[in-house]
Amino acid sequence: MKPAPFEYLAPETLDSALEALARHGGEAKLLAGGQSLIPVMNFRLAQPAVLIDLNRVQGLDYVREDGGGLRIGAMTRQRTLERDPLVAALAPLLAEAVPCIAHPQIRNRGTLGGSLAHADARAELPAVAVALRARLCLRRSGGERWVEARDFFSGLMSTLLEPEEILVEVALPPPMPRSGWAFVEEARRHGDYAQVGVAAGVSLDEAGRCREARLLYLSVGDRPVEAREAARLLEGSVPSAEAIAAAAEKASRDEMDPTGDIHASPAFKRHLARVLTGRALRRAFARAQGEAA
Amino acid sequence: MMAQGGIPIQVTVNGKSHARTVEPRLLLSDFLRHDLGLTGTHVGCEHGVCGACTILVDGEPVRSCLMFAVQADGRELSTVEGLAPGPEQLHPLQQAFWECHGLQCGFCTPGFLMTLVPFLEQNPHPTEDEIRHALSGNLCRCTGYQHIVDAVLLAAARMRGEAR
Ligand SMILES: Cc1cc2nc3c(=O)[nH]c(=O)nc-3n(C[C@H](O)[C@H](O)[C@H](O)COP(=O)(O)OP(=O)(O)OC[C@H]3O[C@@H](n4cnc5c(N)ncnc54)[C@H](O)[C@@H]3O)c2cc1C
Ligand code: FES
Ligand code: FES
Repeated sequence: MKPAPFEYLAPETLDSALEALARHGGEAKLLAGGQSLIPVMNFRLAQPAVLIDLNRVQGLDYVREDGGGLRIGAMTRQRTLERDPLVAALAPLLAEAVPCIAHPQIRNRGTLGGSLAHADARAELPAVAVALRARLCLRRSGGERWVEARDFFSGLMSTLLEPEEILVEVALPPPMPRSGWAFVEEARRHGDYAQVGVAAGVSLDEAGRCREARLLYLSVGDRPVEAREAARLLEGSVPSAEAIAAAAEKASRDEMDPTGDIHASPAFKRHLARVLTGRALRRAFARAQGEAA
Repeated sequence: MMAQGGIPIQVTVNGKSHARTVEPRLLLSDFLRHDLGLTGTHVGCEHGVCGACTILVDGEPVRSCLMFAVQADGRELSTVEGLAPGPEQLHPLQQAFWECHGLQCGFCTPGFLMTLVPFLEQNPHPTEDEIRHALSGNLCRCTGYQHIVDAVLLAAARMRGEAR
């Protein structure tokens, strides 16, 4: 099918985009990569009266180092993240997760900000943003606020974004010392949305004990799901196969409530989560130990 | 910068410049097919899944069904019509598709070609695994993919000068 008619605005500055958004309020939609929005417009599941295209806005597409962490503009293409050496060095989890998103043809258009704002619970970037303790800058005409990624995702495809706000920047803190990360997912076909995915991060103290662990899941709830109790089982001791197995068991049994679909029952998703957690943690610990050595 | 009716755009397609006025809701795929008459770009699903509409925008493969024509203003596009060096000659990948039976009905073929041409430029020594990975975003209902993989391997070898 074809999209319904709309008024098209292509502002060249953030201020004029914000003004247009303030003027048109709920009538308008922002267009970033279009890789989620245009399909729903083609099916007329979305019929915005006004489309504000962010693709010609200057200064929203950058990856910059800042105090050992990263600042990334919302319009940065997923394909850029995949290729950027700063991302590989300072956010290896992000670099490992991005190639799991769809296909190069999609990632050439799809943006970081679009994926976060779209807030699909099956998407990689929201879970990665929470795992990395990202902070998001939401701008409106005449003001801005910063929110933690973990608060930003407020439910099924919903976020804290108000209709007149634009997500403009994602700030990632410096990597934890002696840390290792891994992103693992299972999809029926490469590039499809994952049936389950897990982002794991660990950091070690000088004695090689786990100081902090993080486990974030996609496709097992209405938003990124963090398994805090399971992570706690790892903290304070030297990593072992037993502790990893216990954490994987805990996370998949008690800390998620997946709904099934035609390809995967809830029980199968829990099984996948358990197996993938073990894989991700083993890889993350090995990487942390490699870096510590 | 704003309009509901027609918006003037200028695009370069396969090296040739075109100026047109388009409605904002016109998809780039339909612009190529209906406004420019370049019907080599096929349209299967219009939601980004099948890959039949894949073209290059500034050298990178994208879904032309997931862009509006207005967004292509000022950009360089390449479509399947631009691949062959001349009327009597095929691109090495087209030639290999033909020889290896990489197509049957041919509906998916332009999308595969426009996906695989930049892939081979970036990766002239692909393994079979990498090829399968690269074509995972394109659907073919006829060939079962094996012959497409064979064609890519043959084309890659020829483009490296290792096969005739
Ligand atoms: C075939 C196919 C397969 C896919 N597979 C995957 C996958 O495996 N994993 C995955 O994560 N994604 C997948 N996607 C989605 C893809 O990653 C999209 O790029 C992403 O979900 C949305 O980003 P976008 O830049 O394209 O945003 P758009 O589609 O332009 O926008 C999405 C929504 O976010 C809003 N928005 C965009 N930018 C901003 C901003 N800066 N501030 C406020 N609101 C904003 C828009 O108004 C819209 O509501 C797939 C898409 C397709 C077509
Ligand atoms: S028609 Fe564009 S991907 Fe199917
Ligand atoms: S050759 Fe018929 S769909 Fe691929």
